[in-house]
Amino acid sequence: MIELEDIQVRFGATTAVRALSLKAEAGEWVALIGPNGAGKTSALKALAGLVRFEGRIAVADRDVRRLSRRELARLVAFVPQKPETPPELTIAEYVLLGRTPYISPLGGERRSDLEAAARALQRLDLAGFAARRLGSLSGGELQRTVLARALAQEAPILLLDEPTTSLDLGRQQLVLELVDSLRGDGLIVVSTMHDLTLAGQFADRLLLLDQGAVVAEGAAAEVLSAPNVAAHYGASVRVVEDEGGGVFVLPVRTR
Amino acid sequence: MAAVDAVRPEATPRVAARGVGLGWSLAAAAFLLGSLVVGLSVGPVRIGPGSIVESVLSPIPFLHVHSPLDAVEHAVLWQLRAPRVVLAALVGGMLAVAGSAYQGVFRNPLADPYLLGVAGGAGLGATLAIVYGVASTGTDAIVPLAAFAGAIAAVVVTYALGRSAGAVRTTGALVLAGVTVATFTAAVQTFVQQRHTDVLQNVYSWLLGGFSTSTWRDVAIAAPYILASSLVLVLHRRVLDVLSLGDEEAASLGVDVARTRLVIVVVATLGTAAAVAVSGLIAFVGIIVPHTIRLLVSTSYRAVVPLSLVVGAGFLVLTDVLARTVLSPAELPIGVVTAFFGAPFFAVVLRTSRTMR
Repeated sequence: MIELEDIQVRFGATTAVRALSLKAEAGEWVALIGPNGAGKTSALKALAGLVRFEGRIAVADRDVRRLSRRELARLVAFVPQKPETPPELTIAEYVLLGRTPYISPLGGERRSDLEAAARALQRLDLAGFAARRLGSLSGGELQRTVLARALAQEAPILLLDEPTTSLDLGRQQLVLELVDSLRGDGLIVVSTMHDLTLAGQFADRLLLLDQGAVVAEGAAAEVLSAPNVAAHYGASVRVVEDEGGGVFVLPVRTR
Repeated sequence: MAAVDAVRPEATPRVAARGVGLGWSLAAAAFLLGSLVVGLSVGPVRIGPGSIVESVLSPIPFLHVHSPLDAVEHAVLWQLRAPRVVLAALVGGMLAVAGSAYQGVFRNPLADPYLLGVAGGAGLGATLAIVYGVASTGTDAIVPLAAFAGAIAAVVVTYALGRSAGAVRTTGALVLAGVTVATFTAAVQTFVQQRHTDVLQNVYSWLLGGFSTSTWRDVAIAAPYILASSLVLVLHRRVLDVLSLGDEEAASLGVDVARTRLVIVVVATLGTAAAVAVSGLIAFVGIIVPHTIRLLVSTSYRAVVPLSLVVGAGFLVLTDVLARTVLSPAELPIGVVTAFFGAPFFAVVLRTSRTMR
């Protein structure tokens, strides 16, 4: 379980995130949405311990300020929007880097680390790819590999910053379905997302941020209203709901 | 379900932590050993490899190996060549391993151990010692100490300057601070040198580097720093791979990036300063050796760091052999030899920079 209480993130004079509170239980997927500069990524980075914040963040009932960097890395895995993927590394080597929080700083991998990496590769159907180099992978394969590295971290919380950027429509669905399937093991997913329709279809709950503050929160049908999107994205949209409860946000040309 | 699993007999992928393979380890060890033998046997007095081995084994009791060398040969081998060869190996290994570590920490393939002002500081320290110290103390033993102190002082200034410019999060400010300090120390050094043209030759020959006057005393001064520094850097080889993912991802994997970077920079600098103090400024070793290994073996620091140490040692021993034989009996400054071979080599590396990281 994670719990954020009244989180503020500041960079100098600008406040990127203000008064953010959030709770997520095992198996839940929460999506942070909002226009560019709304503070989505900063909120995610606060949760990953990568930026200073005020307020309180508890992960698995432990205050993250009292955790060492290594301890936090065993609880929270973070996938940035543009992960660094050295092209010469093999997939196996790259995924093994995900075991860093369990490996002594000056030591090497143990058998359990190799096994965890193998499990992660298997989970993401990358078993046949282990010896391939990152530079030889397509965008979709690369994104799966990055997910495998995060999974090898065996953390109960997975943070994804725009997991579908630069993927085509089919790969976007594939990756999101993959993430969705991981939740079966009790994984908590917190992601930032640009595509509102996909966010609504995959996340249990949406948090709409604007200028660092939460302006709407709840299920897709409650948050993704045309007035909400117009007010905070400055976009003209039509929102279509289907009978199954799905919400489709369609841009409408105004001129 | 069992049936589904059964159709995928090779379901478990093979995951291995790739380090240095046995083949490359043996090749690197053979290269170093061969270089040492060549370094010890080549010179005006030729001593065959067999005689060297017998001379090495002769002091060991119960082996009953007798050294075939006469007194002069024995003195040439053990008082002239051996300290020179050992020191070249130590310095070469140190410069190469420090170069590989710097390239990893700064994520810049052009980073070399002199990046943060070690060379400029050492050069200034040595010049001041030669100009003002040697005459007043009557001994040139203070030159290495002054070079060492100058190198450390320059890097401390670089680090303080870089930190105040925000280098904790980005390495760019630190590199710029290094350039600033290096330029300034070079200016002061040149000024002092031009004001004292009587010692120009001495300053110059120190700056170009070499082992023509190496003694066991130099080995004793530098070896502790170099061995300790190399060991720490080799132990950090996996962390260097993690750092190649960038500061943010390394931090999210539990690495204290700022502290790790500081430790590696301090350790590499101490070792480099000790090497520079006893050998002068030897260019290019810190760049060509790690890049050759990247091109031939692997870009993973698990291979690059330990192999740089071994191959760098052998490389500088061989370079020193060239330096003292090409114009024999005169000696070429070793810095000239490394740069003469290093520059064309580096051009090749740049042309194939697709694989450079």
